[in-house]
Amino acid sequence: METLVVITCGFYFLSTAGYLFYLIFQKDFLQRAGFGLLLAGFAVHTVVLGTGWYQSGHIPVRNLYETLLMAGWATAGIFLAFSHRFNLKIFGIYAAPLITLIMLVATQVPRVPVQAKPIFDNFWLVIHILTIFLGEAALALACGAGVFYLLQERAIKTKHHGFFYKRLPSLELLDGVGYTCLIAGFTLMTFGLITGIIYAKSVWGRFWSWDPKEVWAGITWLLYAVLLHERLTVGWRGRRSAILAIIGFAIVLFTFFGVNFFLKGHHGIFTRF
Amino acid sequence: MQHIILIGLSHKTAPVELRECIALTMEETVDTLAGFRSHPDVNESIVFSTCNRVEILMAAQNSENAVQTAKTFLAQSKRIPVEQFEDALYIHHDEDAIRHIFRVTSSLDSMMVGEPQILGQIKDAYLVATRQKTSGPLLNRLLHRAFSVAKRIRTETGIGDHAVSISYAAIELGRKIFGSLKEKKVLLIGAGEMAELAVEHLMGQQVGEIIVTNRTFERGFALARRFSGRAIHFDECVAQLKSVDVIISSTGATGYVINRDQVKQSLRSRRNRPLFFIDIAVPRDIDPRINRLSNTYVYDIDDLQTIVEENIKDRGQEAAKGERIVEEATVKFQQWHETLKVVPTIVALRKKVETIIDGEIKHTLASLNGLSSDERQALERMKSALVKKVLHHPTIFLKKNGCREDRTLYLDVTRKLFDLDK
Repeated sequence: METLVVITCGFYFLSTAGYLFYLIFQKDFLQRAGFGLLLAGFAVHTVVLGTGWYQSGHIPVRNLYETLLMAGWATAGIFLAFSHRFNLKIFGIYAAPLITLIMLVATQVPRVPVQAKPIFDNFWLVIHILTIFLGEAALALACGAGVFYLLQERAIKTKHHGFFYKRLPSLELLDGVGYTCLIAGFTLMTFGLITGIIYAKSVWGRFWSWDPKEVWAGITWLLYAVLLHERLTVGWRGRRSAILAIIGFAIVLFTFFGVNFFLKGHHGIFTRF
Repeated sequence: MQHIILIGLSHKTAPVELRECIALTMEETVDTLAGFRSHPDVNESIVFSTCNRVEILMAAQNSENAVQTAKTFLAQSKRIPVEQFEDALYIHHDEDAIRHIFRVTSSLDSMMVGEPQILGQIKDAYLVATRQKTSGPLLNRLLHRAFSVAKRIRTETGIGDHAVSISYAAIELGRKIFGSLKEKKVLLIGAGEMAELAVEHLMGQQVGEIIVTNRTFERGFALARRFSGRAIHFDECVAQLKSVDVIISSTGATGYVINRDQVKQSLRSRRNRPLFFIDIAVPRDIDPRINRLSNTYVYDIDDLQTIVEENIKDRGQEAAKGERIVEEATVKFQQWHETLKVVPTIVALRKKVETIIDGEIKHTLASLNGLSSDERQALERMKSALVKKVLHHPTIFLKKNGCREDRTLYLDVTRKLFDLDK
């Protein structure tokens, strides 16, 4: 098991290196290598999670270590799915290091042993967790697209065409990718929140209990809802949309980690030491 | 061995007045090639004639005769004395000729390094020569090599990557903003050579509607007809800000034709779709502060000029990489060319046959025990006799008889039949 995690990290690390060289040298085979390595890493990663799930009988997100493993897996999966959809080769230079970083942090956190509780065995919980993780991974990519957009827009506005100008695609494409990631992320997150609420009702008997995690999740959802609404009605796009995608993801991160470290709530044990 | 000879003049050696006199039309090219075909001193020939160069590439046994023939033909077909253009001519032999043709095809020798047209022009010239049956095994191979060198340089270096003209630089920027310019609406304000050129390039990108406006409506109307677009009155152009995507401006106005507030007001109804201003006018037509509005981009003539200059500098650096590829290919081709001499081919052929027989003898001896040394020597003798007899006629044929007309072809075939190049 441990070896497989190391192999996964190794693949992701090499993939990062591949994309980094692609960024510098702009040779297509480097990008293909980076993509292939990421795919290989994802395959091993899936085996790791699958065995964990099979052996314990629960979806493996019971401590911070497992949670991070799941987050890395979701990010890799969403990235691979989106790469298939968009011809945005350069995107790997954002995704691969991000996934590698998540995995490295995961291997460094202590593995708190957890007792199996009956409330973990629930259909709604599994759906809740999967959709939330995939949704947040998509929002992470939206943030990346936003960063690329800002870089490229800055190059065009300041008329200073440097390193990134040549390597990044058009503003239109970056905006489009960011938008698609937002839509996908928002939809999955909405679904995740609904299933979470149903789950809460089934185990605690209440839909909503003003738990800090719930409150922050609500704030995050509202922010993205506003962003998408404005886009659809008055055409918020480009720079403003990119900035909000970045801010939104910062709030996602706070909801994901910050709330558990600084505030208390019933998600505590999953994402705390 | 046949020599490769290249004779010609280009923008580097001849002024435009002279190049105009020498440039060959299609008919003249065909006539010249026909002349070469029936001339005993020239075995193969290709004629290149573009606005920047006229060159004749030949394969011949005797270089000096071939050069003389080429000069005479040029003088005859253009009806000017040889002395008039002789000073501008350069003549390259073998390795230098190979290098030169590689450099020309790869656009390293062009007036604007990296321009893409030259490869097509050379391909066309080659096609004409093959139709006239003046290109043979040697030049065929050289030209195919040249095409692949050109392709390699184009993919492996950034020699043709970025625009080196104002209007192309504007198109490239447009693509960085819109992705594709397909179906984008273009507004042309005013007229002028550079602006019209930019519109023509945009049409090459399959833009959507083209709207033209001019202070004098008739002029605008004429332009609109040319671009199969629509003409509007000059004071209507601000209203168009709501729907167009690209605006090219080049009027002679002293103040700004479009100011910041006009654009700002249109942004909301545009739903923030990007708007790209190309301001070619001096003094400027577009308020530069518009660039600070969101999703609007303004480039004036100086900005575009700066981009072009940087790109030209980049091309210079990339060209150096191209030269290395050319050098490598030249050496390789020259090596192959050398093998077309008769003696190395015959030696290689002998060696090949000997190796095969040696291998078989060794194989057979392994299973025959107790052969005396006399018997072994007899086998050796048999081997030499075999080699001699098998290769007797081919050797004579390659050396003297049979292939008087085109030894290169037979040498090449021989090398291929017996796989002598590996």
